[in-house]
Amino acid sequence: MAPPTGRSDRPSRQPDQPHGVAQARGLFDREILGQAAIAAVVKLDPRVQVRNPVMFVVLVGSVVTLAETIAHPSTFTISITVWLVLTVLFANFAEAVAEGRGKAQADTLRRMRSETEARLVAADGTETRVAASELARGDVVVCEAGDLIPSDGEIIEGIASVDESAITGESAPVIRESGGDRSAVTGGTRVLSDRIVVRITAERGKTFLDRMIGLVEGADRRKTPNEIALTILLAALTLVFLPVVVALEPFGRFSGATVSVVVLVALLVCLIPTTIGALLSAIGIAGMDRLVQRNVLALSGRAVEAAGDVQTLLLDKTGTITLGNRMAATFTPVAGVDERRLAEAAQLASLADETPEGRSIVVLAKERFDVRERDLGADHVFVPFSATTRMSGLDMDGVQVRKGAAEAIRRWVTDQGGTVPDDLDGIVEGYARAGSTPLVVAEGPEVLGTIELKDVVKEGIRERFDQLRAVGIRTVMITGDNPLTAAAIAQEAGVDDFLAEATPEAKMELIKAEQAGGKLVAMTGDGTNDAPALAQADVGVAMNSGTTAAKEAGNMVDLDSNPTKLIDIVEVGKQLLITRGALTTFSIANDVAKYFAIIPALFVSTYPQLHALDIMRLHSAQSAVLSAVIFNALVIVALIPLALRGVRFRPAGASAILRRNVLLYGVGGVIVPFVFIKLIDLFLTATRWY
Amino acid sequence: MGFAWTLVALAVVLALAWRFLGSYLAAVYQGRLTFLGWVERPVYRLLGVEPDAEQSWQRYAGALIVFSGVAVLLTYLLIRVQGSLPLNPQHLGAVPPALSWNTAVSFVTNTNWQNYAGESTMSYLSQMAALTVQQFVSAAVGIAVAVALVRGFARRGSPTIGNFWVDLVRGVLYVLVPIAFLAGIVFVGQGAVQTLAGPAVVHNHLTGFTQTIARGPVGFMEAIKELGTNGGGFFNANGAHPFENPTGVTNLLSVILILCIPVALTYAFGKMVGSVRQGAALLAAMGVIFCAWLAFTTVAESQPNPAVTASHAVAQHHGNMEGKESRFGPQSSSLYNVASTQTSTGSVDASADSFTPMGGFGMLTGMMLGEVSPGGVGSGLYTILLFAIITVFIGGLMIGRTPEYLGKKIQSREVKLAALAVLVMPIVVVAFTAVAVSVHAGRGGPLNSGPHGFTEILYAFTSQANNNGSAFAGLSGNSAFYNVAGGIAMLLGRFAIIVPTLALAGALAAKQVVPAGLGTFRTDKPLFVGLLIGVILIVGGLTFFPAAALGPLVEQFSHGRLF
Amino acid sequence: MLLHLRRSLVAALFFLVLCGLAYPLAGTGLAQVAFHHQANGSIGANGSSLIGQQWTGPRWFQGRPSATVGPTGSPSPYDAMASGASNLGPRSKVLASHVAARAAALRKEGITPTAGLVTSSGSGLDPDISPAAAYAQVGAVARARHLPVAAVRRLVTSHISPAQLGFLGEPVVNVLSLNEALASLR
Repeated sequence: MAPPTGRSDRPSRQPDQPHGVAQARGLFDREILGQAAIAAVVKLDPRVQVRNPVMFVVLVGSVVTLAETIAHPSTFTISITVWLVLTVLFANFAEAVAEGRGKAQADTLRRMRSETEARLVAADGTETRVAASELARGDVVVCEAGDLIPSDGEIIEGIASVDESAITGESAPVIRESGGDRSAVTGGTRVLSDRIVVRITAERGKTFLDRMIGLVEGADRRKTPNEIALTILLAALTLVFLPVVVALEPFGRFSGATVSVVVLVALLVCLIPTTIGALLSAIGIAGMDRLVQRNVLALSGRAVEAAGDVQTLLLDKTGTITLGNRMAATFTPVAGVDERRLAEAAQLASLADETPEGRSIVVLAKERFDVRERDLGADHVFVPFSATTRMSGLDMDGVQVRKGAAEAIRRWVTDQGGTVPDDLDGIVEGYARAGSTPLVVAEGPEVLGTIELKDVVKEGIRERFDQLRAVGIRTVMITGDNPLTAAAIAQEAGVDDFLAEATPEAKMELIKAEQAGGKLVAMTGDGTNDAPALAQADVGVAMNSGTTAAKEAGNMVDLDSNPTKLIDIVEVGKQLLITRGALTTFSIANDVAKYFAIIPALFVSTYPQLHALDIMRLHSAQSAVLSAVIFNALVIVALIPLALRGVRFRPAGASAILRRNVLLYGVGGVIVPFVFIKLIDLFLTATRWY
Repeated sequence: MGFAWTLVALAVVLALAWRFLGSYLAAVYQGRLTFLGWVERPVYRLLGVEPDAEQSWQRYAGALIVFSGVAVLLTYLLIRVQGSLPLNPQHLGAVPPALSWNTAVSFVTNTNWQNYAGESTMSYLSQMAALTVQQFVSAAVGIAVAVALVRGFARRGSPTIGNFWVDLVRGVLYVLVPIAFLAGIVFVGQGAVQTLAGPAVVHNHLTGFTQTIARGPVGFMEAIKELGTNGGGFFNANGAHPFENPTGVTNLLSVILILCIPVALTYAFGKMVGSVRQGAALLAAMGVIFCAWLAFTTVAESQPNPAVTASHAVAQHHGNMEGKESRFGPQSSSLYNVASTQTSTGSVDASADSFTPMGGFGMLTGMMLGEVSPGGVGSGLYTILLFAIITVFIGGLMIGRTPEYLGKKIQSREVKLAALAVLVMPIVVVAFTAVAVSVHAGRGGPLNSGPHGFTEILYAFTSQANNNGSAFAGLSGNSAFYNVAGGIAMLLGRFAIIVPTLALAGALAAKQVVPAGLGTFRTDKPLFVGLLIGVILIVGGLTFFPAAALGPLVEQFSHGRLF
Repeated sequence: MLLHLRRSLVAALFFLVLCGLAYPLAGTGLAQVAFHHQANGSIGANGSSLIGQQWTGPRWFQGRPSATVGPTGSPSPYDAMASGASNLGPRSKVLASHVAARAAALRKEGITPTAGLVTSSGSGLDPDISPAAAYAQVGAVARARHLPVAAVRRLVTSHISPAQLGFLGEPVVNVLSLNEALASLR
């Protein structure tokens, strides 16, 4: 019954307010932009470019036009070459900006890591001071108030309050103690009070902090499965456009036209999906980044993608669906007892109870009957809650007041020779059916009545579940409550299903059953006994406050230890995929307009009648080609913010989302370039470029 | 008005075929029908095949490739030695090697590209035992591949995709032979010849005109030529020849035969994956494209022929009559030629070369879209399924899910195979056309000059890479270059698509099924149909726009100019 | 591989017998019994009603121009051993000049050309002309044969075959049967 401290009872945050490690960097920080501009040039290295087949083709193309320019320099060939190089640079820039945002976060973290000293305890108990970076797994260190914890570890002795704000951005200290589920400490956090002995659990250079730095920097970023699939599709499109464009040379020659190599390269670059090719890796990095902004560390990009696919969410009742604690809601006296008398007794029994439940009883009694907190006489004795008696209360002036589980009180009363009123069972059962927890109050051998402790469902959670249902995600509430209670809360919160009297084994079985049905499952967990289930789930979000075992089993860590985040994580995953899909569609749809600009220009000297296809009525053949190339380059820059921010995700059914995105990025992708190519052409003409 | 009723009749018959032939096909390939077991069992014994033993995709593909290789060899040998074989009343000699290669590949790949004039090249035995056989078998192979892919979707966690030999034998026995035989009777009843007696010499007593008329076993070959979407006719003039396609009835029957199996296969597909609506969605996409192209081409052919207009000699009230038969006219000819180019048939009842620029564009682009509307027997279904996978991939991304189709997750392996299979055709077309217009042997092919000459070459390789077989027949294809290059294009267009398709079937069959939910991209809704059409048009349009611009589009825009 | 090969050979032979011999021979047998006339080419006293012939001079109704080419490569109209179309493109100068020449020849005979009479057919063996093309020749034929125009016109009208079932294909006039009837017209 005692609520866990140090987790989940913090107010949940608006997810769109970045904080913690990711704080304070705007979308376009001046410093990041400057560094990205330099990085964009450095990335011109062919060894870097070859990893992105689409942009590599552009780079090779620009080399070809450069050679052509040197051989036959003209304004046109120079302009095309410059804009082709710019296209590559813009792509590099997009990636560098995304990476730069991560690097900035990494720097903040790195500062924390440097120069920590550790007090190493040898087997014989002697202490030596060593640099934190020299600590190995298994070493034992001691930390006292004011010390930085030198590395990740597990408390083997003592209890302390720890300031983890450096990592989580959360200023309130948390309690860490040996044994149980709150024994893990993270390197770089500060002990505020007391003294703890910590056994180091991280290998040298592989602490949580190191991993975090690596992650936000994107140092070991690997392509995710979906990214690979998309890259294949883009490479295939590039591969087919290559012969299509190259063949135009012989086609032209057969038709009596001489086709310039520069124009062919320009056409090729315009046709291959450069927009998505340029922004693909930026989208991926930015997706991770968006999670970091929500204080979630994804240990792999794969997990972020999987989050978008999740079909079943396992949510812990406490802390996620309901506020951490139950609150007293009503007093129901048994027949013949005044409600006020019950309230007074209940308050008395709770005065010494510092748990939120206990406090809520005192408050309720005060609110309902204005029962004041009485000064207690000197001869009172608190009877604390214990697992064996399962009740608590107060002995004062020869009166014994107790509150507790129905069975416990029943036994206590009958032991004293009292009788249990006939209507008590009915009341207790009624509460259980309504999802409440009944606490029975007795004064000596007399049962007075029942306090209803109610779970308080978080505000807005029902709407959240409705949204999830709309996007096809099933929510399952996990609770230790009995099925009756669980059903009532599930009903109130609007979850689709619940697992009552949940044990770690039952949780594991549920996950396996869902997965056997082909579904992807996400869950949160913090305890060591959650570890197998976290490992089994497709997306396992470990609470940062949890045990090392849990953190290692999961594939994400929530620094805020806020289980409600799971919902945000799913949205970020979806947003990531949608952004890729939308920009791919946009990129391909753009080709239509580019064809209409370039093809008539290409053959206009041989077949002036193809002017009929020049529906934009562009100024000249050369301005048409150049306008298309410029548009192709500028659209990358224009879409960088979208790539970094992600397209807007509104929870709705699949069809509604698709219809919207097809209209916006498909149909829009056809229309937009017609407008802008024409505008660029007008601009080129007006500035007498042509 | 008459043409509208023709379309109504066609629609009614196809609707019936969809429902009833569709469920018959499903029953055949699910092994639920056994009334011909007495023929099947001895055949399997002869082959040494255990009909219940299924094959992995590798073995399935291996059997298919080896069988097709043997078929090419056998066909080649038969027409090479036809001079020494019976049933050769015209005493025709051996078909030359290059032409034999092209022809053998052509019939085995269901293309039926003909670089020869049938009546003056092939003996009756060759037409029957070499060509007609492949018209049955290549069609059955196509359906087998489609069915294997459908099984990939329908099954979960299965290491096998069916047994090639069983699919092949059942396709021929239960589907192709019975329907073709019935249709053959109608063809002959309407006037198609069916005789082994050799050419007839007739003398007109009124004019003294003497005429030798080529004849042969035509009517029953015509039935399988259309039913198997083969298109290779007995005569050079193909479906325009009065002995192949004598009347309006046979003209409509031909169109029905061409379309019925590809259309019905979508029903069978739906039935086999457990949702007829899924099949209906594919049919809807096919139907929209078909109707659009039919309308476009029919309207184009109802316009005057520009060259005839330029002669200022005659008013063309009924549209373009050059190369068309009086009994069909522009409208029925458009229907027939569109049906044959939207499938892999390629038969013609009017000279495609003499179609108006936009009419020819309609036929050409029908093939360029990959022949999915409704496409060849089997090949239409499996090709549109490949497009569906790509559509679902892009669509799935746009709703924020790793895409799935019919509960199967579409991941990098599936995308790779589908993209490969879809892109083979455009690459082959563009590359071979580029080579042909670059080499002397290729440039000598076209009969017509100017952009139309380019179109003739482009059309030839589009047709062969798509295994269609229809031709802008002005191209002199019977040269070493066109025979050899065309043969390679046909092989690539067939097997470079079939092998990845079967690999895809294997990959899909091995997967588990993801249950559909609210967040699933529904593939049985108009939105999917629209997106699928969009993807088909975009892929075809983007790859062929430049080539089309230099051919039919230039011709169309060259108002008042002749070449 | 070897197993595939053996099975392929057996299967190929099986299909050769079934589809290459049994199927067409059974069809031929049936056709010869049930549709003897059609199966052998619909041949009458003066030729096949399905295969067009060359009719020259104003005394006969003329058919469509035929683009068939003989074995030597020279034009050989209505060569029933070498069916085929002109294959001239829609912007072909050659086609335009052919059409102009045919139209001029018709005009010389006093016939106002119709589209069908100046464009070659798809098979080169089209046995039919459109009713309009037949009517266009009525005057010239009547003049050449010294027959009343109305009688010839009636003859044409009686020889129009409507579209099959009223909607399949186009209404046509079979040139051979029309000319046979013309020959016996007094």
